[in-house]
Amino acid sequence: MSGAVLAARRSPGFAASTLLAVRLAWRQLWSEKARLASAIAGVMFACVLVFMQLGFRAALFDSATALIAAMRGDLFLMHPLTTASFRSEPLPRVRAWQVLALPEVERTVPIYLAQATWRNPETGTRRAIQLVGVDTDAGVVDFPGLEPLLDRLKRADTMAFDQRSRPEFGPVAQMLAERGPFEVQVGNRDMEVVGLIEIGPSFGADGNIVLSDVNFRRVVKERQLSSIDLVAIRLRPGADVLAAQARLRALLPPDVMVLTQAELTAHERSYWEDTTPIGFIFSFGSLMGLVVGMVIVYQILFSDIAGHLKEYATLKAMGYSNFYLAQVVLGAALILAVAGFIPGFVVSALLYDVIGSATFLPLSMDVPRATTVFLMIFTMCGVAGLLAMRKLRDANPADMF
Amino acid sequence: MVAPTQAEAPVLLRGITFAYGEGELRKAVLRDVDLTVAPGEIVLLTGPSGSGKTTLLTLIGALRAMQEGSARVLGQELRGANESARVRLRRNIGFIFQNHNLLGFLTARQNVAMALEQDAALSEGQRLARAAELLAQVGLAEHLDKPPSQLSGGQRQRVSVARALAVDPGLVLADEPTAALDKASGHEVVQLLRGLAKSRGVPILLVTHDPRILDIADRVVAMEDGRIVSATAQNNAAA
Repeated sequence: MSGAVLAARRSPGFAASTLLAVRLAWRQLWSEKARLASAIAGVMFACVLVFMQLGFRAALFDSATALIAAMRGDLFLMHPLTTASFRSEPLPRVRAWQVLALPEVERTVPIYLAQATWRNPETGTRRAIQLVGVDTDAGVVDFPGLEPLLDRLKRADTMAFDQRSRPEFGPVAQMLAERGPFEVQVGNRDMEVVGLIEIGPSFGADGNIVLSDVNFRRVVKERQLSSIDLVAIRLRPGADVLAAQARLRALLPPDVMVLTQAELTAHERSYWEDTTPIGFIFSFGSLMGLVVGMVIVYQILFSDIAGHLKEYATLKAMGYSNFYLAQVVLGAALILAVAGFIPGFVVSALLYDVIGSATFLPLSMDVPRATTVFLMIFTMCGVAGLLAMRKLRDANPADMF
Repeated sequence: MVAPTQAEAPVLLRGITFAYGEGELRKAVLRDVDLTVAPGEIVLLTGPSGSGKTTLLTLIGALRAMQEGSARVLGQELRGANESARVRLRRNIGFIFQNHNLLGFLTARQNVAMALEQDAALSEGQRLARAAELLAQVGLAEHLDKPPSQLSGGQRQRVSVARALAVDPGLVLADEPTAALDKASGHEVVQLLRGLAKSRGVPILLVTHDPRILDIADRVVAMEDGRIVSATAQNNAAA
């Protein structure tokens, strides 16, 4: 008989052994379908929660900046103390005319912002609505549907109503279609609705109306026309925006900020993100969802390992490495991530539709967010797997005998 | 001592001493044990509980780190061997435990095939074919696709015999393989093990309390208090 020699076996490569580990993980999960279902439900729950929180968060920021995003302009002037457009600090209108000193400035337009009460034309209840007053001829503010209304808005006591405003303002679109332009009390004045535009409600304002600067003054009587909220500046074609911004900063007194449109949007956004707890609440909500999901996945993986300690120890005795078993556990975690994400994604997309149409918030599924959530869920399951893996140390083949 | 270049015994133990615990609590379980298992030999290790036979088995199986002495198993010195060297060695050893320890969520055939998954040379089809072949050799050709829960105790232990032999091991280590079985099926399992091992020339080291299976051994080694007290060659030692 020949002497015993270690058989020279080539172990499978990393990819092959990972594949086998994941297959083993899948077989283990599949063998206990009730447990698998509850694990998937847990991941799905976390997934939906995160999608909702991030969706609301993005909707808030999108809607908060919808008004700003719709304004055309190369540069804007705003009072440094203005934290958000719905609660603006007035600045002197003369700043708008001072800007014209620069040769590259083509036009400037003062914008008036205020909130007033709107009386629901059907029920008579009152609710605060955002007023946007602007020289409608200047072509600085652009909202879908505004263009054909420009002539009508020049008449006294007329306004355009944002048809995406919340339904509490009354069935304005329907009434307009049925009986044509009609009067609604805004502030203490009867104003005529002459047409519809689209902006969308935000967390700061449930609805919007756009009207000329002159009509704005008629509604908001206490406001001096010389006191404005925002200035939009149009530069001559080919002018360097940043250079003009620098020159304006040098030119103007410190009671105004000179911002590009992107900076203005970011400023508006940062109000909601940083100076209100709202951004934090949604981030916190997402985190809670992930923590709950992680605990569920951890529990499932942990009890799977605890219930199979002898078998795992046997695998170790058979020459399977710790690394292989770690791959099995991580494989199970990642299977759960994928299996939970898919239904979570579908349910979230449906909920976005339902909630979006109920709240009029711009909730929509997009690829970057889906990718972000998938990575979060993937990480969540991965961390749960890494935590559960510590239990593998208890699978000691020397204790098997 | 022994020159490693010669055709050497699959198991060659010299001066193995092993203790659990530290300081005052230190308890020696093996004292200066020498043991050699020849190629193809079937050795039974008996002795009362606490005599150290199971510890000896775990040391030979590279499941535990050595303390003192020299242990050459399948040509590999275990003294000072690191974890990955021990893991590699274990792939060439067939283990049979008191409980079958089959994975409950795999069929008999998949359980046996799993032992072959560490050999990259085999495809999935080859692994399953080989597993089926081995299960046929232990008389389970009819039960390939049953999970362990649908097999009797004796059948399960036969699956683990097939699994232990699947990798063409250089050595089989078994710990009380009949403890959970009745006399008839216990005997059947060890006879099967003996037959397969003999036909392949694989040595077996088997720890047992069970006097009913002493007849399969080429040699019975009795242990007591951490030492080998006697070695009896059996009549039926013809291999």
